[in-house]
Amino acid sequence: MSTDLITTADAYQGGSTPGVPQPFLDVRDLRISFQTDDGLVKAVDGLTFGLERGKTLGIVGESGSGKSVTSLGILGLHRGIGRTSVAGEVWLDGENLVSAAADYVRQLRGKKMSMIFQDPLTAMHPYFTIGAQIIEGYRIHHQVSKAVARDRAVEMLDRVGIPQARKRLDDYPHQFSGGMRQRAMIAMALVNNPELLIADEPTTALDVTVQAQILDLIRDLQVEFGSAVIIITHDLGVVAELADDILVMYGGKSVEYGTAEEIFRRPEHPYAWGLLGSMPRLDQEVRERLIPIKGTPPSLIHLPSGCAFHPRCPQMGRDGIPCKTEIPTLAEGDRHGVACHIPPADRRRIFAEEIAPNL
Amino acid sequence: MIRYIIRRLIVSVLLLIVVSAVTFGVFFLIPKLRGADPAQLYAGKISDPDAVKSIGIKLGFNRPIWEQYGLFMKGLVVGRDYNNGPDVNHCPAPCFGYSFKTDQEVWPLLLDRLPVTMSLAVGAAVFWLIGGTFAGIISALRRRSLTDRTVMVVALAGVSLPVYFTGLIAQLVFVHQLHWLPGGTYVPLFQDPGGWAGKLLPAWITLALLYAATYARLTRATMLETLGEDYIRTARAKGLKERVVISKHAMRAVFTPIVTIFGLDLGSVLGGAILTESVFSLPGLGKLSIDAVFQQDLPIVLGCTLFAAFFIVIANFLVDLLYAVIDPRVRLS
Repeated sequence: MSTDLITTADAYQGGSTPGVPQPFLDVRDLRISFQTDDGLVKAVDGLTFGLERGKTLGIVGESGSGKSVTSLGILGLHRGIGRTSVAGEVWLDGENLVSAAADYVRQLRGKKMSMIFQDPLTAMHPYFTIGAQIIEGYRIHHQVSKAVARDRAVEMLDRVGIPQARKRLDDYPHQFSGGMRQRAMIAMALVNNPELLIADEPTTALDVTVQAQILDLIRDLQVEFGSAVIIITHDLGVVAELADDILVMYGGKSVEYGTAEEIFRRPEHPYAWGLLGSMPRLDQEVRERLIPIKGTPPSLIHLPSGCAFHPRCPQMGRDGIPCKTEIPTLAEGDRHGVACHIPPADRRRIFAEEIAPNL
Repeated sequence: MIRYIIRRLIVSVLLLIVVSAVTFGVFFLIPKLRGADPAQLYAGKISDPDAVKSIGIKLGFNRPIWEQYGLFMKGLVVGRDYNNGPDVNHCPAPCFGYSFKTDQEVWPLLLDRLPVTMSLAVGAAVFWLIGGTFAGIISALRRRSLTDRTVMVVALAGVSLPVYFTGLIAQLVFVHQLHWLPGGTYVPLFQDPGGWAGKLLPAWITLALLYAATYARLTRATMLETLGEDYIRTARAKGLKERVVISKHAMRAVFTPIVTIFGLDLGSVLGGAILTESVFSLPGLGKLSIDAVFQQDLPIVLGCTLFAAFFIVIANFLVDLLYAVIDPRVRLS
């Protein structure tokens, strides 16, 4: 690995140190919880990360790990969910969105920061045409005539590779195929040239050939607009393709955070090992079987004590390690942080000797 | 789209024919099976068997039931002649026959009563549609609040309380206690618009309360469901004001089921609101039919029933058409 590779995770120390410029997106100790009939759901519990313009962060985790809620929290969309409370700081370009007025954040939404949602069939309004939905998004933030906005919508559909864009503008979402819908969704999210783009499982609902096209498209558009991109996914293949940095979430917390290079080459958290082990690899010999992570993701209402991963962790049960009692913190190393009680030297040894040969 | 319309139209016509056959069967076959003679009903106090028999022949009751039905349908379409001894009564199309009691033609009678029922139905519909939907929206947006609970309790009362109770209370309060509204009999709209509205207002409110309750609950449920939809989140993510998210994106979806039941409800009320018309002594179709039932005036009962069925079928047809316009996903399938 070359030594001049400097990414956000390298430079970022998780706090505003004097002399270190604040990254474009700076999330500090973000906590999002909502009250339900069953109890308090701590969906996001103390998340910290930074992201520069032009860079891509991959947030990886199983369903229910809090990754989608994180994105909604950044956009201020949790306000619509109900009895939700948000603490911590989300600095976007020097402004703290958590303490900003709701209407101010609304004005940033769709313009400065926007989002590509997971399933475009349900995420697009079934009763409005694709064109109407894109035009609406543009005209919220630009005082232009419908005709001008329409031209802009055609331009965007063209850009995301929808043939006969001007004609298809008047189609309804159900008249588009899945891949086309996702493209239209991307066109809608990018219509105002957002500086921060959050893509929540952008390719999950698509078949593999279309997936690659969509990822290429997101990357091209990122290069073109210089946006900061957050890709939320459970698919490590997607982040391997796009991300500069990776944040692994488990039980609402960040358990490992570092450059993509580091996380893929030298992952240190047993959960990250598990994720890698359960990922099919085409570039290597076919393994006998994928190695799943045993058990199921924890309930965010009743998290296991200590390290939330301990009931599923194959490394549990070492002498003198308080997995069941103490919550490990994301110790910041020089390259990447790992929230695990196993001493760093042991982790690296276990990975090199026991895990890596089986991947 | 044209094919869709034609298909729905054919289905509607077939439905009306089936309804007419069943209704005809019920009203003319069942008395016969019970051993009662429809001719005797017509004859009233005349007990001379020969007279009754000649009445039966004149009205065609001696013929087989399908032949009677055929004659009846022919009367509806082209009119019908009743052979009344030396002179022939021509009953022009659509001929529902003559009242057993007053010898009046049924069709003009129906037309005469229609404006009253229409006044009642349309006025009440405006109230229940606006009131019910609005209450439902407020309730959904302030879920679990005191407003929500109050609206839902009132709605529950609305569906539960019978019209003859709320109707009498409305009469008592607005007309007799507060003297806000004139009592008295129905006046046609074009004769005295103020009197028309004043007389009908308590009836509108009474009838509207019954339906508004359903609408409030439906609107609330649909709105809550819609607010949880992904596309509402998308609308918010675009930076739309919450007001626009609700009034444009959410309402567009809530609107669809409302339109459906509104069409059907309006159609059924147009056929006559028996209880409301009786309580407020409005001479509408409902009052006509219930009076006819008590007097065993079969042609009028049959006429009213078919007329009501006609409105319901038409309403169904219109709702289907409207649905295709409202929901773009219907058009292709």
